[in-house]
Amino acid sequence: MKAGDLGELALRNLREALLRNSLTTLGVAVGVASLVAMLSLGVGLQEIATKRLSNSGLFDTVFVAPRLNIRGFGRPARATSAPAEKPRALDDDARQEMERLPNVVEVYPQIRFPTEVRYAGIPYSTIVAGVPASARGNGSFEGMQGNFFSAPDAEEAILQIEFAKELSEQASSLVGKEVVVRYAERQALGPQSRAADSASGEGNAGAGPGFSIIPREKKLRVVGIVETEPAAGFGGFGSGRLLIPLEVAAALRAAQVNDLRDVVRATSSKPTYSSLTVRAKSPSQVEAIEASIKKLGFSAFSLLDATRNLRLFFTIFDLLLAIFGSLALAVATLGIINTLVMAILERRREIGVLKALGAADRDVKQLFFVEAGVMGLLGGVFGVGMGWLIGRGVTWGTNLYLQRQNLPTAHVFSVPWWLVLGAIAFAVVVSLAAGLYPATRAARLNPVEALRYE
Amino acid sequence: MPTSNGVAVRAERVSRHYQMGSALIRAVDDVTLEVRAGEFLALLGSSGSGKSTLLNLMAGLDRPTSGAIFAQGRNLSELNPVELARYRSRTVGMVFQSFNLLPRMTLEENVELPLRLAEVDRAERGKRVADALERVRLEKRLTHRPSELSGGEQQRAALARALVNRPSILFADEPTGNLDSATGESIMELLREIQQTLGMAIVLVTHERPLAERFADRIASVADGKLVSDGVKP
Repeated sequence: MKAGDLGELALRNLREALLRNSLTTLGVAVGVASLVAMLSLGVGLQEIATKRLSNSGLFDTVFVAPRLNIRGFGRPARATSAPAEKPRALDDDARQEMERLPNVVEVYPQIRFPTEVRYAGIPYSTIVAGVPASARGNGSFEGMQGNFFSAPDAEEAILQIEFAKELSEQASSLVGKEVVVRYAERQALGPQSRAADSASGEGNAGAGPGFSIIPREKKLRVVGIVETEPAAGFGGFGSGRLLIPLEVAAALRAAQVNDLRDVVRATSSKPTYSSLTVRAKSPSQVEAIEASIKKLGFSAFSLLDATRNLRLFFTIFDLLLAIFGSLALAVATLGIINTLVMAILERRREIGVLKALGAADRDVKQLFFVEAGVMGLLGGVFGVGMGWLIGRGVTWGTNLYLQRQNLPTAHVFSVPWWLVLGAIAFAVVVSLAAGLYPATRAARLNPVEALRYE
Repeated sequence: MPTSNGVAVRAERVSRHYQMGSALIRAVDDVTLEVRAGEFLALLGSSGSGKSTLLNLMAGLDRPTSGAIFAQGRNLSELNPVELARYRSRTVGMVFQSFNLLPRMTLEENVELPLRLAEVDRAERGKRVADALERVRLEKRLTHRPSELSGGEQQRAALARALVNRPSILFADEPTGNLDSATGESIMELLREIQQTLGMAIVLVTHERPLAERFADRIASVADGKLVSDGVKP
């Protein structure tokens, strides 16, 4: 029989037992809906986790340190490392070289130093951290009170909420107020290194014959209070409780912990960094960048393995959700088998007539097959729609709850195109598989016996 | 199409046995019968004589336990299921006692069904359906469903469905069995008319001797699965 005729006859047969076939199709739809709902929950959660983590800078960041430094921690030089590669100084040349690497978004030094903050005449000890301008898009600053820094060189500060609570019981009232930051400025000794130091413009650059420490004060306006402790990777500004723009932090030339170490191990006449943070366009490029930096002669670390584990976790999580979601579809499959087997009993005589009129076994089989496939297709389409609605409902409910808890809203459900098409295709395939037995049974009916059937 | 030697279908020492528990039922037992092209043959026998089984074997609905059935020079027993289905579709037309129209379809759709199965072009179907229904004088009932028709009309529609693929043999299994005598007679007259105008062979299975004697060219009697007489009417 031609495909068009097959389709017409199948649709006619489905229309005739409308209630039963609709209920069977609804069963498939519910099965698909549960599968779609489960998987879109998995996909949604994965997207949230990936977005949050990539925003946090943990996974798109490579932390770079000079090789020298690593050995300095007491590790023996590896015998396998290429002897030709001399440990390079982590200076401005190296920084520019890294900036030129493909897929590198930015390279910045880590600046963090202890300070005393004065507010309302009372001193508080804390750690200041420099924040790169690119951190504006960071998930950590979402839902903050006040605003992010108005400019990369603005003399402004963002307080971590716990620290803000120390300063004032009404933490939010601090936004717009001024705080005074007292810190130790490092001034290089000797005219040559002093010039080099100021030319570099970076606070962390200060190798040379030595330096002196001078106490300084800086007035900063509080522009925001951040809820969570921002963490830009282990090379970033994590654990800072008073955050200031990186450019401002660099200009302060505040003495840092590693300055003491550098001064006794001066190997370069140029100013060097104790570490640099290299940010990649996306986590997928981290591995290549890390390798390139190692080739340049530096130590490089990333949390790439952690992202791999994250992917593994979500793959298993999705698989489990898919299995639970598929249970309903498995029940729906039994529904299809039941409906079609019932149809064979009811249409026994009709099958006999069709065979007497010239239908081959193949024609009868295909007819039942198409009927199963159409139920699967319709069930799949309705099911995806239902799953999408369930997702919308759950997202709405979740966000209502999150809002009441004063937490930022999130899209817990995500229905990507591959899931829509995949679910419909899966429903059709499962329905065809369910139709296999009834279709084969119908095709094998003996026409003489079928015609005798009343 | 009739074979070159003028034989539409020929059963040669055909048997059809069934196993019913421990008993062996010989529904058709060593029957040799020839249906000539264009003739009207009546297979006469009482209920359970094996006449319908013999008809099913010749119509390609069933396969013999032994023996051979030749149609168009080919042994039906040797055809694969697809070829046998094609034989039923293109060479054979069938009419049943209980009409066997599909109740959910209109007359037009019922008559179109064999054309769909034979993969006849859609463009040609309408004309052939109209011709077939005109031949049985149901051209004004195209859109009616079988339940809206009388028994006689339903059997005429079934006849149109059997004719629509222009078969060379028409098998009619007790076509008047569910009809009153007057309607039955009109169906028989229609069969006769079709045989004469279209020149096809008709094999009529019946238990009514008067009907067979009145309309058939030749009567073959079957009893207990065996052919007991075969002859042209006196």
